[in-house]
Amino acid sequence: MEPHVLSNLITAALAILLAAALLRARRDPLWRGAGRELARRRPIAVSVVALYVLIAGLDSIAWVDGHAPGAKAESGTLQGQARSVIDRLFPADFQERSYSAPLATHELYGEEPLLHPGKHLLGTNMIGQDVLHLTLKGARVALVIGGLTSAIVIPLALLVGVSAGWVGGRLDDAVFFVMSTLASMPTLLLLIALIMALGTGTTQVCLALGITGWVGLARLVRAETFKIRELDYVQAARVLGTSELRIVWRHVVPNLMHLVLITFALLFSGLVLSEVMLSWLGIGIDGSWGRMIDQARSELSREPVIWWNLLASSTALFILILAVNQVADAVRDVLDPRTALEAL
Amino acid sequence: MSEARARARELVLEVRDLSTSFPIDGARRRVVDRVSLEVAAGETLALVGESGCGKSVTALSAMRLVPKPGLVESGTIRIGGKDVRTLPVTEMRRVRGNDVSMIFQEPMTSLNPVQTCGAQVVEGIRLHHRVSNAEARRQAGALFSQVGIPDAEARLDAYPHQLSGGMRQRVMIAMALASRPRLLIADEPTTALDVTIQAQILELLRSLQRDLGMAILLITHDVGIVNELADRVAVMYAGRIAEEGPRRDVLGAPRHPYTQGLLRSLPGRAAPGERLEEIPGVVPPPSQWPSGCRFSNRCPIAFEPCDSIEPERTAVSAVHGVWCHAVARDLGASEP
Repeated sequence: MEPHVLSNLITAALAILLAAALLRARRDPLWRGAGRELARRRPIAVSVVALYVLIAGLDSIAWVDGHAPGAKAESGTLQGQARSVIDRLFPADFQERSYSAPLATHELYGEEPLLHPGKHLLGTNMIGQDVLHLTLKGARVALVIGGLTSAIVIPLALLVGVSAGWVGGRLDDAVFFVMSTLASMPTLLLLIALIMALGTGTTQVCLALGITGWVGLARLVRAETFKIRELDYVQAARVLGTSELRIVWRHVVPNLMHLVLITFALLFSGLVLSEVMLSWLGIGIDGSWGRMIDQARSELSREPVIWWNLLASSTALFILILAVNQVADAVRDVLDPRTALEAL
Repeated sequence: MSEARARARELVLEVRDLSTSFPIDGARRRVVDRVSLEVAAGETLALVGESGCGKSVTALSAMRLVPKPGLVESGTIRIGGKDVRTLPVTEMRRVRGNDVSMIFQEPMTSLNPVQTCGAQVVEGIRLHHRVSNAEARRQAGALFSQVGIPDAEARLDAYPHQLSGGMRQRVMIAMALASRPRLLIADEPTTALDVTIQAQILELLRSLQRDLGMAILLITHDVGIVNELADRVAVMYAGRIAEEGPRRDVLGAPRHPYTQGLLRSLPGRAAPGERLEEIPGVVPPPSQWPSGCRFSNRCPIAFEPCDSIEPERTAVSAVHGVWCHAVARDLGASEP
């Protein structure tokens, strides 16, 4: 299957899931209250996160033009290539030969006139790509890093943490040994080693981040499971003849969801930032803001200084992280059982 | 039907010489020691005793739910004729909820906080009966009305934190009743509720028992509740039964010095301004239980064999038994 078709399918599936989740949450007074409270406390941060999600979503929907009408003969590489909705906001041949400043009419070096004078809002990079375009496309990469890694971390941490906490004994000892071992290794070294072993690429980097990132949540889940399994409602379910597996699924896991959601929100920004760090070490993901920052780093020493590249990518990153952290804080305030009762 | 009626007492719960132990201070101690109980269909047996005397462990043993590292060491337990100790796990699961159900002391924590009350009752119904979700929900609504929850249909969608303690206890009772069990074990069902709600819940239990013909094993330390609800009473002290018999006999003419002391210490019996009588000393921890009669070190009438030989059951009447050397001696003396 063509990569862009797969991407379209995944985006559609995620959109449907998101819509279904929102619809269900709307019908449930508990979630509806939490959602309303979240929007009331952090309206700007929530909108910013939604905007990023929207941009990433639009960038994930791509198709190939039959005739590629915008493509000119010399940029033949664009012919037959899938272009996303975000790509289509820009002309197909929106590329210069080299650096140009924001809204410049001529190249930075050589003073050659640009193909699109005054159109590059945030200038172009070394190979003449539009920086605004690249920055917008970076949102998808950032969300994929956070999302895919969380999709690895959360099920893994739930499985390991719940089984250790529920079964206890030898299994718990074994799990705790693995967790302590992982936690005692320097994360960065482990990450580099894993990426060396797995190879570079989006999936591989997310897998490596996942393997190094599940321990914290698993610990929380394990401790909470220990607590929940002694609670009366678990005993009450047993008294009614509920099987152990069903008790875990119906009574333990749902009572861990606030932990999962809070951790997800807090984990997410950390993961995006981790990728920046990995990019700086040269093992990041293509097209990420980390890559852009890494490339822009050396350009700061040029004369005249090339600042727009670095500014655009790091501002986009900064705003996303700030918004996600604010939303995460608000999510914790709203969902944490100690404060949830006051909110409702 | 006539055959079942012909048997004078059809037993829904029969416990014989049950011993359950826990490791305490490095040794296994029997916190329930050779306890025997019977609950007949439709009757209420109150298991009375102080905290830590083994009442709850007895009930959990009967449902085969003693938490680890506790262990049922010996004895037989029959629920509706089925031998609980040898039943396969899946069979036992069917017995729980179906033949016997249980309600707990803390209605605040015995409901899952993230599920609606209705969903929890529906789950209980569908565990034991193959019915559709809609039908189970209808039954849950009927159960809610039956346990006296006003506006039952709307309350199905309420979360536990939206209900008061009394309402939650009613939801618990509805859950326990979902499969019409023949026996309901009520472990301190009203302890966490305030007095007016206590009375309502007791009244509810009484009317449900009348309507459904359900037997109740009532675990309590509150003699007032025993008076309200019980047909028969078993008094437990330090893991053993001290006295057992019809309520009228045990509360009206107690023979065991512990029962006598317990009843004398009730505030209701003292005149205003009078000092309440107390049983001297405190209940010793299981590791310091006397080797003879467990009550011997606090007993006002203990004599020579009490602290070395465990008393056996002495029949005061056909239905009233006392585990006390002094009672045995007095009865032996009066009828040579």
